[in-house]
Amino acid sequence: MLGVLLLAFSVVSVASAELCKPDAQNAFKVRLSIKTALGDNAYAWDANEEYLFKAMMAFAMRRYSSKSTTQISNVLLCNVTDRVSFWFVVTDSSKNTTTVPGSEVEAAIRMNRNRINSAFLLSDKTLQFLKISTTLSPPVEPSTPVWLIVFGVVLSLIVAGIVFLVVSGIRKHKKKNKESTERENLEEKGEVTITIENGIPCETLDLKAGHVNGVFAADDERFTSL
Amino acid sequence: MTLPCPPLTAGLAWRRCGAGRAPDMEKARPLWDNPLQFVFACISYAVGLGNVWRFPYLCQMYGGGGFLIPYVIMLVVEGMPLLYLELAVGQRMRKGSIGAWKIISPYLCGVGVASVVVSFFLSMYYNVINAWAFWYLFHSFQDPLPWATCPLNSNRTGYEEECEKTSSTQYFWYRQTLNISPSLETSGNVQWEQALCLTLAWLVVYLCILRGTASTGKVVYVTASLPYCVLIIYLIRGLTLHGAVNGLIYMFTPKLEQLSNPKTWISAATQIFFSLGLGFGSLIAFASYNDPSNNCERHAIIVSLINSTTSIFASIVTFSIYGFKATFNYESCINKVILLLMNTFDLEEGSLTADNLSEMKDYLMAAHPQEYAQLLPQLKNCSLEAELDTAVQGTGLAFIVYSEAIKNMEVSQLYSVLYFAMLLMLGIGSMLGNIAAILTPLTDSKAITSRFSKEVISGFVCFINCIIGLIFTMEAGNYWFDIFNDYAATLSLLLIVLVETIAVCYIYGLRRFEKDLHTMIGRKLNWYWKTMWAFASPLLIISLFIFYLTDYILTGTLQYQAWDSTQGQLVTRDYPSYALAVIGLLVASSTMCIPLGALLTFIRKRLKRERVSTVA
Repeated sequence: MLGVLLLAFSVVSVASAELCKPDAQNAFKVRLSIKTALGDNAYAWDANEEYLFKAMMAFAMRRYSSKSTTQISNVLLCNVTDRVSFWFVVTDSSKNTTTVPGSEVEAAIRMNRNRINSAFLLSDKTLQFLKISTTLSPPVEPSTPVWLIVFGVVLSLIVAGIVFLVVSGIRKHKKKNKESTERENLEEKGEVTITIENGIPCETLDLKAGHVNGVFAADDERFTSL
Repeated sequence: MTLPCPPLTAGLAWRRCGAGRAPDMEKARPLWDNPLQFVFACISYAVGLGNVWRFPYLCQMYGGGGFLIPYVIMLVVEGMPLLYLELAVGQRMRKGSIGAWKIISPYLCGVGVASVVVSFFLSMYYNVINAWAFWYLFHSFQDPLPWATCPLNSNRTGYEEECEKTSSTQYFWYRQTLNISPSLETSGNVQWEQALCLTLAWLVVYLCILRGTASTGKVVYVTASLPYCVLIIYLIRGLTLHGAVNGLIYMFTPKLEQLSNPKTWISAATQIFFSLGLGFGSLIAFASYNDPSNNCERHAIIVSLINSTTSIFASIVTFSIYGFKATFNYESCINKVILLLMNTFDLEEGSLTADNLSEMKDYLMAAHPQEYAQLLPQLKNCSLEAELDTAVQGTGLAFIVYSEAIKNMEVSQLYSVLYFAMLLMLGIGSMLGNIAAILTPLTDSKAITSRFSKEVISGFVCFINCIIGLIFTMEAGNYWFDIFNDYAATLSLLLIVLVETIAVCYIYGLRRFEKDLHTMIGRKLNWYWKTMWAFASPLLIISLFIFYLTDYILTGTLQYQAWDSTQGQLVTRDYPSYALAVIGLLVASSTMCIPLGALLTFIRKRLKRERVSTVA
């Protein structure tokens, strides 16, 4: 009796050893980077964590295929290293000697990736299933690109500035024209006497362009006073 | 009775000249509101992008702290004298470049025209930099910054291939900003986003020059001072970054053996020369709006000193940023190697650190030789020196290296906005000078101002430049930009400034000029200025000129760097023949103006003399 039991046990363990080994068919390598993710709050990887992992895999298979037959004992782990990486397979619940096809396992894991990650407080980057590539979430893009909005604001400010300057320049020009025509009319009537020096009215000479040069300030002193 | 304008040396009231016209046609020359506006305008023009992106590169290439020795020597021998010369000419003649040189000698009107042509070429391509600065500025209002991560590929399993091969900042610059084509021959289409930014840049320039000195004078307060505020903020931030000290030590350790390399001295001379913006006619234009009694000697010294100090200041900031970026990349590289070794050999996390990496590598090589040998090609040798040695200049420094450093800082949006606003201010300040160099001769000419108003002329110049500038927004635009940047101004400016110096010293006469300056400023000219103008500066420019020519001749075919998207890096290619023709045309069109101008004046005088002799 004992012998039969022992034989059965060894057969099962040999079978499971054959099913779960590195690069076996339908086997997946998992790698966890707990210290990188959690730093000081990192937990140690022990048999309890392995049990949780088996439970999560069984959960994923059950949710995916919606037949509640996969047991925790159907998930086999092997080759656990210090890195915290290991291989696992999921055996078929009806026949213990075959493994569930890899595509099914992959699909199950993809469907439940979030739940699996959060069970271990990890993320897609720190809990890696090496053969299953992650789909990255695209960045959120607003309907109008932000830069166009800022561009529009700056453009309208600049155009408003230009229009304002041009219009005020035109208005100033018109006013000056009106003034000069008025003055010409008055000159013709001989009513206004304007002091002129060499053909330039003295008012324009007093503008900034006629700024007194300090070197010539002594000009007035050259003439003897009357 | 109308009096002709007496020369200044006669000492009579010069304000009586130019009489005999109806009052509304005689317009006074616009002036700066106060001398501070003039100084700010010169600083804003001289302190440009070259101070930020060229000087740190030269410092790095030619001996670190030791480069300051040839730099200061060249400043004293070449920079200050030539700057003073141009400002003095502008202030004395009170006209733009064409008019000023015509007064000095009628045969030299070609010099002024050459200046205007070179300024025109410069303004065509320079504003594209402002367009890029606008583009990056507008994109800085996003979280995360768009150049911080690579975009995803079509099936969302990874990142874009081109972005994987290079970095996300380089991808953003070459693909999303420029959308660069693989070579000069494939022109591609005009990028509408860049075209929009270019139009905006020209509208900004038009707004600033619309009213002449009235508007420019107010704008330069901002464009001159804002960059310094940002540089100070960046200095404080940069010095407190992790790893900044590495960059500073690297920069300031003088490698004095570089002083024996002639290229060091030539680079110092070239940098001073182009950094001050001599020969474009902008300084003459700015000085022509000065009050004639303005002390331009003091201003010349102030502007050149501020320009050089800003270069050194900017390179301190740049090198602390370099140090930060190099340390960051070095540590990422080390971390990647550690991760790779840990994953391959299934070692416990935390067993491999940066300190024990080399010992562990030896141990692993001995323990698992086969697997280690397989891994070897992927294991990069991380070296901080190698990261610091990557010397970059130009647009690469400004838009790639800096944005890479910014994306790793906290509150990166704020620093990004500040930095690109600073680049914009520097660029616009220089553009104002360039446009003034083109517009002042045009507004001086009575033939043009009698028909069109100043606003229309400025608008026309901006419009033409904007249309031509669309070439630089095409897919191959950056290659044309490099052509213009390298060849449009370099040789021509040397020739122009050489002719200017010889003209003032030997044709107009150094004594006559000395008397004019004495009348204007009221102080005697120091012997230092006279020796530099008469001997040192022309000799230096001639030697620079000879060096450049021999360099062009010896290099043979000219080559350029093209972006290869399949490899994700720059490759060297030869210019096609039509590009070489364009280069030749650029250089010839400005340099030929000088002899052509002299020839035309000679012919005109001969014809006039013949006409007079036939009448008599």
